[in-house]
Amino acid sequence: MQIEGTGALITGASRGLGRAVAEQLAARGARVVLVAREAGPLADVVAGIRARGGEAHAVAGDIADKNAIHRIAGQAQGLVGEIGLVVHNASTLGPTPLRLLLDTECEDLAAVLEANLVGPFRLTKVLAGAMALRGAGTIIHISSDAAVEPYPRWGAYGISKAAQDHLSRILAAELDGTGVRVLAVDPGEMDTKMHADAVPDADRAALQRPADVAARLVALVESNVASGARVALPGWQP
Amino acid sequence: MAAVKFHRHASPQRVPSELARGAAGSTIALRTDEVARHAVRLIAIGRDADTVELTQFAALPSLLREGDLVIVNDAATLPGSLRGVSAGGELFELRLSGPVDGSRLAGVLLGAGDHKTRTEHRAAPPVLAANDRVRIAGLDATVASAAGRRVELVVRAEPDTLWQALYAHGRAVQYAHRPELLPLYAVQTAYAARPWAAEMPSAGRPLTWDVLLGLRRRGIAIAQLTHAAGLSSTGDDALDHALPWPERYEIPRRTLDAIEHTRAIGGRVVAVGTTVVRALESAAQSGSASGIARLRLDPAYRPHVVDGLISGLHTPGESHFELLQAFAPRDRLVRAIELAAAHGLSGHELGDACLIL
Repeated sequence: MQIEGTGALITGASRGLGRAVAEQLAARGARVVLVAREAGPLADVVAGIRARGGEAHAVAGDIADKNAIHRIAGQAQGLVGEIGLVVHNASTLGPTPLRLLLDTECEDLAAVLEANLVGPFRLTKVLAGAMALRGAGTIIHISSDAAVEPYPRWGAYGISKAAQDHLSRILAAELDGTGVRVLAVDPGEMDTKMHADAVPDADRAALQRPADVAARLVALVESNVASGARVALPGWQP
Repeated sequence: MAAVKFHRHASPQRVPSELARGAAGSTIALRTDEVARHAVRLIAIGRDADTVELTQFAALPSLLREGDLVIVNDAATLPGSLRGVSAGGELFELRLSGPVDGSRLAGVLLGAGDHKTRTEHRAAPPVLAANDRVRIAGLDATVASAAGRRVELVVRAEPDTLWQALYAHGRAVQYAHRPELLPLYAVQTAYAARPWAAEMPSAGRPLTWDVLLGLRRRGIAIAQLTHAAGLSSTGDDALDHALPWPERYEIPRRTLDAIEHTRAIGGRVVAVGTTVVRALESAAQSGSASGIARLRLDPAYRPHVVDGLISGLHTPGESHFELLQAFAPRDRLVRAIELAAAHGLSGHELGDACLIL
């Protein structure tokens, strides 16, 4: 899809991969809406994008809050018009240090599912209809290898990402023929706060930089990869 | 024939359906409860054929033909009821009457209180004049213009802050017949996009994904336009008499092409809601694909673009019922409402529906 002029909504955009994706989409001429819970860090990222001549807007909201979903979608479309690209990037690990699944409180698992699975589902429900009427749009779910591999201690997160992968496939099947494309993307291991929270003693030099991953993600958005695909970015060639 | 007021919705505050009189002088009362989107029933009314039939809204794809075109209004419903306070400390409510234009908010003032009081019984709002300072949705604003209860405010905040405040503080516009507070998602269609509508373009509410994809499977095209559906009532007789006010609309090239193609292959254009009729017919008159719709539908109007209409149910005497006569003769519409009443259909704006085709 064409990026220039497209309304793009990115969740979890105040740092890490979400921030890098928002910055690169804006640099390519997208009209970017950045969503995150905290207004402060978001404002700094938005100011940075604008200083470089890009169009960016801040929407403070918690994707895990049912009542925030229509506010987020409404503010975004009030600011930039129709949304042609959604990157569901916000997610939570649940309590850290990571615990064994059987030591995880039920409420903590439910909260992780609310943020990583139900929240993106709700937001897609609000935004996909307008995309389908226009016959175009791309919805991206940021996944993880934890969706596929049963890593001990990554239970709540891994379950949410596995379910999100399947959410992506079912949405793609139901939207077949409408022109709306749904992709799941495993970005690989990155040097982010989330990674540091999960693996505090990791060798950061061995991790990918979010900006490099974001560049590949933008290339994926521009590619013709078919709806329903799950793409592992580290091995993907445009 | 005298022109009737063009109300998008029933105005239960003004013309209670219990009091509406049918052509035969009989009282026709519809239920007034909300109906779940998936359970909406449909009265199919022939436009030329003298037929009136009860079915499910979900059967819509089978009532249309391959090559027909369904056009929806994709305006999302604004959180257009905002709390304000004048420089003198008087509380008021501002109801947005149209889209937010940059930092400008245009709307109607009501006095202190909320939607549980009928609009015509609300306290008088403070009298505002140009250059007055007010607070609205927690932000500072200046009155740009004021004509009685119609005002335009300029908010002193950048757009991100303004939109955050609107959605944090605003609520959907509601009326006294529905006292419980509606969440914003209850008044959005499945395909809502830009927040332009002061009230929900509710004829599209029963268009679930199941129906939309069912239409597509049968070769029935769906296209969209955006029309800034305004307020259906202000509680002020002089203002209400002039409704609907001029409303902004935008019809994309893709939709104009779809209409042309539909005409060429002998298909029919079905408007979902009278806001779609107003946009399409205004565009046909003005020759402009986007602009301000000024057309007022009335029983004598004969549509040039639209062949069929999907609408909510309205009883004789309601303004909306009267304008449906642009599409079908009055006696047939009365029979349709009698059938609806006999089967317990709802005339609520979140209720059952009719198709005139």
